[in-house]
Amino acid sequence: MNRIVEQQAESAAAAWDLKKLRINRFLQNIWANSGMVVVYVVMFIACSVFVPYFFTLRNMIGLALSITTIGMIACTMMFILASGDLDLSVGSIVAFSGIIAATVINQTGDVYIGALAGVIGGGAVGLLNGTLIAVFNLNPLICTLATMQIVRGGAMIVSDGIAIGITIPEFFALGNESVFGIPNPIWITILIFIVFGILLNSTSYGKNILAIGGNKEASRLAGINVSLMKNTAFTLQGFVCGIAGVILSSRMTSGQPNVGLGLELDVIAACVLGGVSLLGGIATIEGLLAGVLIMGTVQNVLNLLNVETFYQYVVRGAILIIAVLLDQFKQRNQSAVMR
Amino acid sequence: MNCFLEFQNITKTFPGVKALDNVSLGASKGAVHGLVGENGAGKSTLLKILSGAYTPSEGKIVINGETKLFSKTRDAIEAGVAIIYQELNLVPEMTVAENMLLGKWPRRGVFLDRQALRERARVQIRELMEDIDPDTKVKDLPIGQRQMVEIGKALLHDAWIIAFDEPTSSLSRKETEHLFRIIRDLRARGKAILYVSHRMEEIFLLCDAVTVFRDGRKIETFETMEGITDNILIQRMVGREITDMYGYRPREKGAPLFEVNDLQGPGIREKSSLSAARGEIVGFFGLSGSGRTELMKNIFGAIEKRCGEIIVDGKPVAVKNPFSAIDHGLCLCPEDRKYEGIIAVRSLSENINISSRRHFVRLGFFLNKKCEQEGADRFIEKLHIRTPSRDQFIGNLSGGNQQKAILARWLSEKVDVFLLDEPTRGIDVGSKYEIYQIMYGLAEEGKTVIFASSSLPEVMSVADRVVVMCGGTIVGEVDRKDVSEETLLSMALPKG
Repeated sequence: MNRIVEQQAESAAAAWDLKKLRINRFLQNIWANSGMVVVYVVMFIACSVFVPYFFTLRNMIGLALSITTIGMIACTMMFILASGDLDLSVGSIVAFSGIIAATVINQTGDVYIGALAGVIGGGAVGLLNGTLIAVFNLNPLICTLATMQIVRGGAMIVSDGIAIGITIPEFFALGNESVFGIPNPIWITILIFIVFGILLNSTSYGKNILAIGGNKEASRLAGINVSLMKNTAFTLQGFVCGIAGVILSSRMTSGQPNVGLGLELDVIAACVLGGVSLLGGIATIEGLLAGVLIMGTVQNVLNLLNVETFYQYVVRGAILIIAVLLDQFKQRNQSAVMR
Repeated sequence: MNCFLEFQNITKTFPGVKALDNVSLGASKGAVHGLVGENGAGKSTLLKILSGAYTPSEGKIVINGETKLFSKTRDAIEAGVAIIYQELNLVPEMTVAENMLLGKWPRRGVFLDRQALRERARVQIRELMEDIDPDTKVKDLPIGQRQMVEIGKALLHDAWIIAFDEPTSSLSRKETEHLFRIIRDLRARGKAILYVSHRMEEIFLLCDAVTVFRDGRKIETFETMEGITDNILIQRMVGREITDMYGYRPREKGAPLFEVNDLQGPGIREKSSLSAARGEIVGFFGLSGSGRTELMKNIFGAIEKRCGEIIVDGKPVAVKNPFSAIDHGLCLCPEDRKYEGIIAVRSLSENINISSRRHFVRLGFFLNKKCEQEGADRFIEKLHIRTPSRDQFIGNLSGGNQQKAILARWLSEKVDVFLLDEPTRGIDVGSKYEIYQIMYGLAEEGKTVIFASSSLPEVMSVADRVVVMCGGTIVGEVDRKDVSEETLLSMALPKG
């Protein structure tokens, strides 16, 4: 009799242990795969509780709107970084395509042609980057540093260094009107996240890009057309920058040659925060979303708390360092198994 | 036991894996202690603990009676430990002297004392019976000399415990002999030496004692090599008896399948031709630098050939790059698994499906995840790939399992000609046996297998026909029935 009770107690204890183990492993998995998502959820709850005015519809929309430009471009930057490359020209492309859109709209009087011209202009710069890097084997850092200057210069030349006011007000709808109470740029950003999320997770293109970033030579020997994949990534990046530039010019009702200065660093920072490896080969779309949101939320909260701009820079830099440290800590735990 | 170095009850666990389980081991001064075991048996983990790269979960290291706790590699170096890894830890862009004294460059005031640096390096080099200019950049040295630089570095850092991890895997025969002389010399000078190798003959040549590992546990330590044979060690390593390492299976040769005519290109100096039939296993034998790897890469389109024709199944095919090669039914398992084969940060499944997924993507673009998972699981089972799951990073698996995954990559493709460059390099005995079995299986299915190897016994025992290379060209062919070590070597050695 006693023995049966003992056995039951034992098996109950064993079952409980197993449950604990499962929960443990589940939590470990979440942390390993989407650590930054967890960090953001915690951060969001904390901000909602402690920061007055943070968790209101108006602020939420404002927050989302503030990250649209970075968010869109981060999607393609993720592919560039995941393939082991780097693109510094994104800020310049944003300005360039905005200027093109403004100029073409004013000259043709057609909003659609203007917007299309802006987007195609961005794509063309991307194709140039891609061709120089993937076909002519230029170092991506140097190459995009050069195109960054060339394209910024181009924007300045076309605009004579001053903002070009757009004369046709219909164009402003793109950036300033809402559908179901949510501004258009947010919808477009969501769409871009979905498209590139699918591209990363569910297509051979995404897997090829990750493979190339993980080991370029092995990928080539496995039959992947490395230069085509890379070129495509840069071209897509150009198009998305073009879209971002056109939307921005619509929001500002003008094409401005100085817009997007330093944008490339914010975008890369958001990617790194989102767990995208600068060495290539590792990227997740949910991590990226968390990275972009963390960047935007920090900025938003600092504004709500009336922290002076100068201090904001310091805080943002510090957060980037903390994020990278966290990531390294996580990877050290993982890589213990790697060897 | 009065051992200079003692591991006491070392256990090392990683999440989900017990890499070492209660291992105790002692090494004495003036002796070479061999560590053998299959890949993943725990030898490398033990060395990593000795080097301070890992901290043990339990147990301790005792050196000269003192308990040591290494939390970083610097601690180990200061305690007189040096590890000579398979992939050497040298800075290729720096000179020999700078590398040898890395971390303790002599200084005059705040400036580097170049003269002293050069002089101390030169003395050490002379001690190692080498003729190296201390001002040469390490990247310009052949691999054997780089290893000597690494050993010199260890000696200059006052190492008393020197551990070698597969030091001969990329050395020529001559370099190996020189290395052995140096190791014996170190032993005579009273160093405690640990020696990890898969090559049994080396263990017998060098070691005074040997310890066998299996699955993270110490199986047995033999304090003397007397009366111990290959078979005893291998049996302990594998846990069962392997009577014939190679297990050759004879088979019928089929119709001609593959032909290379007058190929010339980078690394292939003279026009080379060869042909192979369905169901045939052809071995490429040659010393290192003979052009084996280059010939395979030229055929596969990995390097651009200058001229030559490739014929598959009677039709000439244009192979411009690896992709077109695969399309025409050729594949290559590269020699350097780590840099040319695996994508370490991606999963086993992704590594297997990287090429073949093109046959089952939807709309030419969207992954068919179910197909990929099933394919990966099928090969994990069929090739006995030891892994916790198909989603494991391939970089976490042992060399033998990585090689099987690369084979699975091509087994899942539609290819007929398998070019395998050193398919068993750095792989444990058990996995080697399994890889030979896979090769026989392929041939039995009517595929053509061409493999390159620098191991004579391997080429002689596995291949149906041996093609010998020397100096960047094919110098001859020997049939399996006529093959002997002397003929192969005499053909492979450079003339004149």
